[in-house]
Amino acid sequence: MKDLGQRVLAGDVRAASRLIRNLEDQITDTYIAIQEIFKETGKSHVIGITGAPGAGKSTLTDELIQAYRSQGMTVGVLAVDPTSPFTGGALLGDRIRMLRHAEDKGVFVRSLATRGAMGGISKAVGEGIHVMDVLGKDRIIVETVGVGQQEVEIINHAHTVIVVLVPGMGDEIQALKAGLMEIADIFVINKADREGAGKLYKETMNMVQMSRDRAGVSKGWQIPVLLVESVLEPHKFAESVEKLRDKIDEHYQFLVDHDLISERMRRKTAAEIQEALWGAILAPIMEKLESSGEMKRMIDRTLLKEIDPYSLADEIACRYLKEKPAK
Amino acid sequence: MGNELVIRVLLAKIGLDSHDRGVRLLARNLKDGGVEVLYTGLYRTIEEVAQTAVQEDVDFCGLSMHTGAHKQTFAQLRELLDSLGGGDIAVIGGGAIPEQDRRALVESGVVAAVFGPGANYNSIVEWIKTNAPARNS
Repeated sequence: MKDLGQRVLAGDVRAASRLIRNLEDQITDTYIAIQEIFKETGKSHVIGITGAPGAGKSTLTDELIQAYRSQGMTVGVLAVDPTSPFTGGALLGDRIRMLRHAEDKGVFVRSLATRGAMGGISKAVGEGIHVMDVLGKDRIIVETVGVGQQEVEIINHAHTVIVVLVPGMGDEIQALKAGLMEIADIFVINKADREGAGKLYKETMNMVQMSRDRAGVSKGWQIPVLLVESVLEPHKFAESVEKLRDKIDEHYQFLVDHDLISERMRRKTAAEIQEALWGAILAPIMEKLESSGEMKRMIDRTLLKEIDPYSLADEIACRYLKEKPAK
Repeated sequence: MGNELVIRVLLAKIGLDSHDRGVRLLARNLKDGGVEVLYTGLYRTIEEVAQTAVQEDVDFCGLSMHTGAHKQTFAQLRELLDSLGGGDIAVIGGGAIPEQDRRALVESGVVAAVFGPGANYNSIVEWIKTNAPARNS
């Protein structure tokens, strides 16, 4: 397929999905296409949805698509699921909850596997956002893998982060910990018809009120805690997700009004440049070490305690970098 | 991992046919074979399946059928994929499809391969891994 960049600019969905695939597979020439489209990016509102496995992220995403479509907005979704650390395979199961939108031309859903990336998303998410952005999607929803406490990479990509909680996952100490609980712009307590939801709501509200002047980038924003109830009552469910949609848009407006959006963009851009540098500098060196068999010899030597990883890194840095960074 | 190309497969069930034990097991075997697999779940339309295959850029779109309507259905799926720009996505079939129909489907070029009851999962996975369509860019 030729001219992927140009075809994506022209709105070709097939070219867009192929471009994302080439990015996932890290095909070198693909970056030319990204260079072509980059100028046109930055128009969409990017929403991150994260939370524990089984918290209901995909079902919530599905309803959120519906809520935005009812307002005539177009929606792109990047749904991330884990890659097996043993086989490299993956079962991409998020989309199964969103298939009612499969025939809607205003919705583009793409499933991504983590392919060994840490942090709850895949390396291709950043570029995947660019592709959907250029396709003109008003809202882009990124659904992370089911996360634990530490996978907070989504903050480098989303304007608005939603953390989905469910009752029965631990006591109030969990709510005070660093990591996941700190990154929310909006909390959703899902499955709120279940036992323990009231307690969780109180604990989360307490936490939110204590951290009003938090160091995060939404300074001054009052983090809302929304209750979302029973999928089994479609009407009630839809209504609470519409409230969520309005809060999400309100948050974006808050960022714009308080000139906070540029701060987010700077952080996002810094992460992007870092990623690109990593790909341009470290990746080729790693490839050489792997293909020449040197990596294997280094592992053998380190296991025998002939040398340590830090001395090896020094050695490699001396060989490949003109100026070795001073320590 | 690095630069190797990962194969992606969509497995689908359409209409009222709810015999999905076979595709579910195949999905698992493919995952264990290093493939990225999507499963549509039950009661889908051909249009939904074709759109999904194109949006997800899969190499193979596999349809499991136990209703007897395989001839028309596979032909429609092929046509829809082509019309959506997914001409390079190969269609494969499985389920209860009589031998003579299997041959006809493959010979007409509508379907790349059909795996019937009793087919060995490992050999299906191997076949998929060796027959993935070439990706020119």
